[in-house]
Amino acid sequence: MQPSGIFHETYKEDMAIFQTPFLKFWMVAFFIFLAVFPWINKPFNIILNTNTLYLMNLIGIYIIGAHGLNILTGFTGQISLGHGAFMGVGAYASAILTIKAGIPFWIALPLAGLITALVGMVFGIPSLRLKGLYLAIATLAAQFIIGYAMRNWSALTGGSTGLVVSSPNFFGIELDTDRSYYYLVYTLVIATTLYTKNLTRTRPGRAFVAIRDRYLAAEVIGVNVWLYRILSFGISSFLVGIAGSLWAHYVLVVNDEAFGIWLSVQYLAMIIIGGMGSVLGAIYGAIFMTMLPILLRIPEHALTQIYPSVFTIFQSLTEGVFGLIIILFLIFEPDGLAARWHTIKNYWKLWPFSY
Amino acid sequence: MWFFLQLVIQGLAVGSVYALVALGFVLIYKASSVINFAQGELLMVGAYICLVLLTTFQVPFWAAFFLTMAFSVILALVIERLVLRPMIGEPAISIIMITIGLSLVLKSSIAAIWGTQIKVFPPIFPQTPIKLGEIMVSQVYIYTFLASMVFLLLFALFFKYSRMGIAMRATANSNQVALSMGISVKKVFAISWCVAAVVSAVGGILIGNINGVNSTLGSVGLKVFPAVILGGLDSIPGAVIGGLIIGILENLSGGYLDHFFGGGVKEVAPFVILVVILMIKPYGLFGTEEIERV
Repeated sequence: MQPSGIFHETYKEDMAIFQTPFLKFWMVAFFIFLAVFPWINKPFNIILNTNTLYLMNLIGIYIIGAHGLNILTGFTGQISLGHGAFMGVGAYASAILTIKAGIPFWIALPLAGLITALVGMVFGIPSLRLKGLYLAIATLAAQFIIGYAMRNWSALTGGSTGLVVSSPNFFGIELDTDRSYYYLVYTLVIATTLYTKNLTRTRPGRAFVAIRDRYLAAEVIGVNVWLYRILSFGISSFLVGIAGSLWAHYVLVVNDEAFGIWLSVQYLAMIIIGGMGSVLGAIYGAIFMTMLPILLRIPEHALTQIYPSVFTIFQSLTEGVFGLIIILFLIFEPDGLAARWHTIKNYWKLWPFSY
Repeated sequence: MWFFLQLVIQGLAVGSVYALVALGFVLIYKASSVINFAQGELLMVGAYICLVLLTTFQVPFWAAFFLTMAFSVILALVIERLVLRPMIGEPAISIIMITIGLSLVLKSSIAAIWGTQIKVFPPIFPQTPIKLGEIMVSQVYIYTFLASMVFLLLFALFFKYSRMGIAMRATANSNQVALSMGISVKKVFAISWCVAAVVSAVGGILIGNINGVNSTLGSVGLKVFPAVILGGLDSIPGAVIGGLIIGILENLSGGYLDHFFGGGVKEVAPFVILVVILMIKPYGLFGTEEIERV
């Protein structure tokens, strides 16, 4: 909904991503904030009692992965329980390429994405015949098979000890601090966000949505359902592979334990809590899911000082709280934070009229 | 040859537990089209409750068994009413996610209450192994197999002859027709959750007896997916046969292929089988094919 006084006179204006001057102003302000954040993050560190730059980098990496899953599940309507493993494929691929093949990081990064896309498309082949529940179970199998390969193909993946990766070297600039990595991550976050936003406006993006809503009708009007289903698996895994590669070169140790079913569930939770099929939703979801453990730590800290034994209970309860939040969101806010944000915004735009 | 037989017998015992859990899964799916990812956690809750009754409260086994069943029924009713009832008619992904959320809640509450270490069941069945030809078979396996077969038979009779069983089959066939014939579909949903929780709890007690109990026991529930897909998602005999086949195949692949792949094949074999089934015959051996043509 547009505020009053905004009239689009050309088709181009109507299709613009940032439509009002107000919005443009705030977007520029937001980008400036993002750009200077690494230099002003000290007070935030104190408030949250953690290294916010590290947190921001993690959020950025998860945003890229969440965009990936959102394209597959939110737009195309194909549930994937294997995106944790796909992220692992990206991480391992880029680790192996840089360590064992000696390829520089900036080539390994897109290559890792391509390899993950390939793996994702292979496991997407069942989607030619299956949908909904059956596909979810097929990707669950992918999760376990890839996890097994990561653990047991020791010659390639280093087995359970994992692989030690070096920081990326970007044409002579060593990206080995939180701050320098921040700029790499957020360049890619902005690029992938714009890509996803634009994808929804192009032919493939619309084909995805058509397949999600009524795949038979989509086929009738000439959408090649099989092609676009596989394509959606490919694009989605590409993005999550990029996220995996970024993660590997940030954390510097690649280990199979990080990429279990738990990560897949977290990714699904991100797009559900954020809002499925909404670009902003993936971002909100990634922020929410990364911040949640930090916020949970605050009552934990307070209570541990009084009752020391609380700590162990809280540790096991974290997962339960995640589960509870997923349940509550699905029952009370099924369209996620993005939809709630939209409602609030519209309320203020319309105020004092309710229509 | 004897090695092979030994693997088959162990596989049958574990597979019969998978069959029980798969039965619960299929029941819920048939009645309400809900895919229950928390099936393994229902099994774990059952195992823990029974274990605590046996060890902490020193209750005799049969009493502990029935108390566990009663607890499972109550838990299932609560879950069905609070979590699943509001989700009727929602898309598959929401239902999958809500049961995943449920499984996280159950798993972490158990870990918070009883910790994550392995706990051993006091022996329920006689422990001395029996000699069958050349192989030594632990009696636990035989009793597990027999016990699950008895339960499967009981449920088969329940579905065939009891009023409620017939109502459940009718609901599974068509919610609307059942409703118009005066069957309370809500009641059927609730009962199918109860039955699912009860069979899972039985499975949990049996499998806890073999391997001990810890907070990762719920992962047994994941083996249910290969089993039900093989048997057909909406077929009760399929669940039983699928469970047995997956149990045997899993054990055989573990026995014969571990040398080549460096261990742990048992964990992944069911999922490889799952992918193969999905590629060749996605509706399984006895499942209803959904045919859609343009």
